[in-house]
Amino acid sequence: MTLHTEYYNELRLLKSTPAKVWFGLLLLVLLVIPTALEGYLLNLLTLAAIHVIIAIGLNLLTGYTGQISLGHAGFIGIGAYTSALLMLKLHLPFALALLAAGGVAGVFGFLVGLPALRLTGPYLAIATLGFGIAVGQILVKWESLSGGSLGIHPPKPSIGPLVFTSETHFYFLSISTMLLMTIGAANLIKSKIGRAFVAIRESEVAALAMGVNLTLYKTLAFAVSAFYAGIGGSLMGHLIGYISPDAFNLLVSIYFLSMIVIGGLASILGSILGSILLTALPYFLSGIKNLPMVIYGASLILIIIFEPYGLTGHWMKLRLYWRMWPF
Amino acid sequence: MLTQLIVSGLATGCLYALVALGLVIVYKASNVLNFAQGDMAMVSTFVTFTLLETLHIPFFWAVLLAIVGAFLLGALFEICLLRPVKHPTPLGLIIITVGAQQILYGVAGWIWGYDTKAFPSLLSDLKIYRFGALVISEVNLWILIASVLLMLALLLFFRYTRLGIAIRAMSQNLITAKLMGVSAHWTLSLTWGIASVLGAVAGILIAPITFLDPNMMLNPLLKAFAAATLGGMNSFAGAVVGGGSLGILENLVGGYLTPELKESVAFLIIILVLCVRPSGLLGRHYKHRV
Repeated sequence: MTLHTEYYNELRLLKSTPAKVWFGLLLLVLLVIPTALEGYLLNLLTLAAIHVIIAIGLNLLTGYTGQISLGHAGFIGIGAYTSALLMLKLHLPFALALLAAGGVAGVFGFLVGLPALRLTGPYLAIATLGFGIAVGQILVKWESLSGGSLGIHPPKPSIGPLVFTSETHFYFLSISTMLLMTIGAANLIKSKIGRAFVAIRESEVAALAMGVNLTLYKTLAFAVSAFYAGIGGSLMGHLIGYISPDAFNLLVSIYFLSMIVIGGLASILGSILGSILLTALPYFLSGIKNLPMVIYGASLILIIIFEPYGLTGHWMKLRLYWRMWPF
Repeated sequence: MLTQLIVSGLATGCLYALVALGLVIVYKASNVLNFAQGDMAMVSTFVTFTLLETLHIPFFWAVLLAIVGAFLLGALFEICLLRPVKHPTPLGLIIITVGAQQILYGVAGWIWGYDTKAFPSLLSDLKIYRFGALVISEVNLWILIASVLLMLALLLFFRYTRLGIAIRAMSQNLITAKLMGVSAHWTLSLTWGIASVLGAVAGILIAPITFLDPNMMLNPLLKAFAAATLGGMNSFAGAVVGGGSLGILENLVGGYLTPELKESVAFLIIILVLCVRPSGLLGRHYKHRV
């Protein structure tokens, strides 16, 4: 156990020198990876980075604030379409479109958060489920804007003179965005806002009694989570180069929910581990056609039954074991 | 025109009501939103299909066997997946049902493939009966008859049998029911079995219309969620009323406004009901103890 003598110590993200060294090493590895990997594997890593962004956003909502969302695909879709349409129709620069994608998704998150103020548990699950499906249906019907079920092709992004065309470019774009968003989330959790989120999860009534503004923080949780999903969706659209309403169905929402449950609820490390595992899994299981689904399902069930804290729970136990060794 | 739309809407609504009843029974008994309800029904329908096509068992016996199988599937679901959970949280339980849904879907795709198949039913969509000005197809007629009979049977079961009363007691207050000598484990498994049977019947009735593929129950399940929300998640009567009115409303919107809106009615209803009256038409408002 680490003992803190100052409040500042508790707030710091990298608490010890080894942590700093490990983080530096991680950055270095991320920097050299494109020289070692290429093609499909590099793309997979880029996709994993984007999934990490969305999973962290969902974990802020579901893990930290305790509000289930089965409609995250809706936010991802809104982000992807906003950024693609802004670049195609209004010829906005990519950086602005990316931020706008997060912003518009965030506004929708706020709107979904409003009815969520009155709903808990299964009712919230149904409400968000309805939202996610409604977004898909509207995108199909509103052909003049979204191109209907045929979908659209988001253009290649560029920032100033830098045009992102190759896989390596996309890799650095996604990894740097992911790092920024992860650090942002880690800071948010340690702030007053993050503590309010956790208080709401533990007991709404107790949080209210302690002066936490439920309306503000619940809608904020939805808005922040949707912002993350919007950014992730925008990057995903530009990476794949083609989006259609089918790509944002209920299965996608469930997929991201599985990531944070397998990785560990209310944990940033968990979101990262879960996203990497679930993104890589199809690659290793691609031999048998129906196996990935069965394995997803089985791992969700087994983790809830045997390891409710997910991969992070296991990691924590392991770390504690070695720290206490040989006792 | 109006009565025609209402009657055919009611037939669809009965199917929604059957699936919704399955959801509500399970929700009341174990506080779980069962996302696997649709795919449990899908698997049972595929089992019926295999019994009919491959093993050439007569229709009646095939359906009966499939219903027994559906009951076992539901009961096993509860015994194998929900009972081992030590500290159930609402989110954890929902995720377990989602996981089971993925497994059932994957296995069904593995065994029966993803291509659409015709269901060899005795009932046809083309043969029609006339009652005065009213025209009703054979499938719809049987859907109405079968679901009304099933709902009546359920009503009698819950009102007059010891087991039915035990289930109701358990969903009202688990601890008191246990103290009164209700075996919570077996009653819960039984509840899941009944819910699965309801879904299976809906699946077998809907199969001649929608054809068979692993996705066939997704849409009915989503509509059943809407129906259960409309009627109230914790009311049996609510599920029936919600299902029936959703079916009628969909048909009226499709008939009088635009067919395009028909599919979106259910989700508009979800959002409206949850905003205005979250407990649904007949549900009781939930309260939390601190």
